[in-house]
Amino acid sequence: MSDHATSPVSWHSWLTTTSPESRRQAKLGQLYRQWLAFKKNPAAVVGLVIVLALLLLAAFAPLIAQYDPLAQALDQRLLAPSAKHWFGTDALGRDIFSRIVYGTRVTLVIVMLVVITVGPLGLLIGCAAGYFGGWIDTVLMRITDVFLAFPRLVLALAFVAALGPGLENAVIAIAFTAWPPYARVARAETMIIRNADYISAMRLQGASQMRIVLKHIVPMCVPSLIVRTTYDMAGIIIIAAGLGFLGLGAQPPIPEWGAMISTGREQIFDQWWVATFPGIAICVVALGFNLLGDGLRDVLDAR
Amino acid sequence: MVSITAPTPPAPPPRAKSGVVRWAKILGRELTTVAITIFGLLLVTFLIARVMPIDPVLAVVGDRAPADVYDKARLALGLDKPYWQQFATYIGKVFTGDLGTSVLTSQKVTDDIKTVFPATLELATLGTLIGVALGVPLGILAAVNQGRWIDQIARVIGLIGYSIPVFWLGLMGLLLFYAKLGWVAGPGRLSIAFEDFVTPITGIVMLDAAMQGEWEAVRDAFWHLILPASVLGLLSVAYISRMTRSFMITELQQQYVVAARVKGLSEWRVVCGHALGNALVPLVTVIALSYMHLLEGSVLTETIFAWPGLGRYLTNALLNADMNAVLGATLVVGAVFIAVNLFSDILGRLADPRAR
Repeated sequence: MSDHATSPVSWHSWLTTTSPESRRQAKLGQLYRQWLAFKKNPAAVVGLVIVLALLLLAAFAPLIAQYDPLAQALDQRLLAPSAKHWFGTDALGRDIFSRIVYGTRVTLVIVMLVVITVGPLGLLIGCAAGYFGGWIDTVLMRITDVFLAFPRLVLALAFVAALGPGLENAVIAIAFTAWPPYARVARAETMIIRNADYISAMRLQGASQMRIVLKHIVPMCVPSLIVRTTYDMAGIIIIAAGLGFLGLGAQPPIPEWGAMISTGREQIFDQWWVATFPGIAICVVALGFNLLGDGLRDVLDAR
Repeated sequence: MVSITAPTPPAPPPRAKSGVVRWAKILGRELTTVAITIFGLLLVTFLIARVMPIDPVLAVVGDRAPADVYDKARLALGLDKPYWQQFATYIGKVFTGDLGTSVLTSQKVTDDIKTVFPATLELATLGTLIGVALGVPLGILAAVNQGRWIDQIARVIGLIGYSIPVFWLGLMGLLLFYAKLGWVAGPGRLSIAFEDFVTPITGIVMLDAAMQGEWEAVRDAFWHLILPASVLGLLSVAYISRMTRSFMITELQQQYVVAARVKGLSEWRVVCGHALGNALVPLVTVIALSYMHLLEGSVLTETIFAWPGLGRYLTNALLNADMNAVLGATLVVGAVFIAVNLFSDILGRLADPRAR
């Protein structure tokens, strides 16, 4: 093994061998081949770089931002972008660049919470509908249709109105409106998989329904759901920003990008930078997730 | 069973009868789906109204009402009845056009929505037209040049369109085209100078002004409309161009395209005459879907442009916890979604000779 680690060429041959000697080697080899395919798509790599940059910014926000994102300095109000304040300052004298850097954390928290709730929920509903079929399928898919028939943003708005504004409620509202497409994707995958020979083999071995669904069907649906999730991240970010913009999402003084655009709205004609830079941040991050999702789809979802 | 008599000609397919029957069946199935969806829609809005922490009784009587007044109001609202009964009453009310009274405008929500809806319709319609006018050619260009740089540019434009928050795009549009360049008019539907000139007939300002021969007002309305409609339109270009591209690629791989080329038709006729004609069938559905998304996108766009439509009505109601108005507007948007879906389904069938 030691000579493998020293030379990249033999790593390559170890990973791309057609006769892997262990499970781990086969698995790593598959990942490696997918990575090679992914690397060929420059747009996807740009997306990956943006997403990685977002993660790094969020992790090292205190090191990158020169100012406290919440610190007001009323003598420094609405300063134009300069060497001291790269993106200028807002109406309360807060440094916009620092707020955007810290805003990556807010964005990531929202996206992660939504995905953590929605992914498993959609997966379970979709797999159950697809595997069991019959009336379970009919009922679950009718419910899904009702939610799909709704405009997502409007439904989320109505939910937040009922629950009251705030970050947590915004997350709940977005999650509540985001699961149907996941269920659809998982159901479609399951319908293909459930007739596969290996599932029949499991059934003959006496595996319980629960075991078949959770251990043998759900994992097979995960790749398409990852693609779907990556695509969806951009949508989630934009809806969250919309809620924030309307004052229904993250509440001040949290540096949420949508809310920041909203505060800059009053000064848009005189101090353009207040609303402009948070918007660019949203665009860049959403574009990053879209590009990444596009690239991942080509690699993982070849079917 | 070997027959030695002359083979009887195969019976003609029973077309005339089955046409009607099949249509009735299709219509029946569609209507069932619609009924279920509407029921779900009502259930969701009803449940939202139930889970909200705002007490609907207090909204009517105020928070300093004595206990007996409160109880009387509670009874009058039917809140002592079981949920299923309340839900039945709610459905009955909605179907008779009673969506309650708005706290904010102290008018019937139904009347409010009737006033604001044309403005949204105007915006979303022009937005869709712009989206189609830009998105379809872009998609065709990308499909014809598949894999080349035009295709790549179209793909990136599409992804950028998916990545821009519409409210920010609206603000930037106002900043650039209104404040800096002065090419378009600012927020609102009409300049103050023209407001008294146009009496609402259809509620669509440009149409009303044209009917009254106020051409200056028509122009003014157009300059107000063009920016928000373009912002909305750009939003749908992404979706429309992407779908056009994929439909066109499918069509261009078909045998009949080869046949048309062999016949010596010009590339223009092959692409725009033959392939596009067939791609139109699924495209109708896509355009209808994007129309629905523009209705949704108009919620935030209208807020930016002070456009007095359904979207701004909804957001205003939200910010003031005016639940009747919120749920009424949500219900109307949801119903329009369902209607457009049904309409596009039927249109798709009509456009497809195989399904006709």
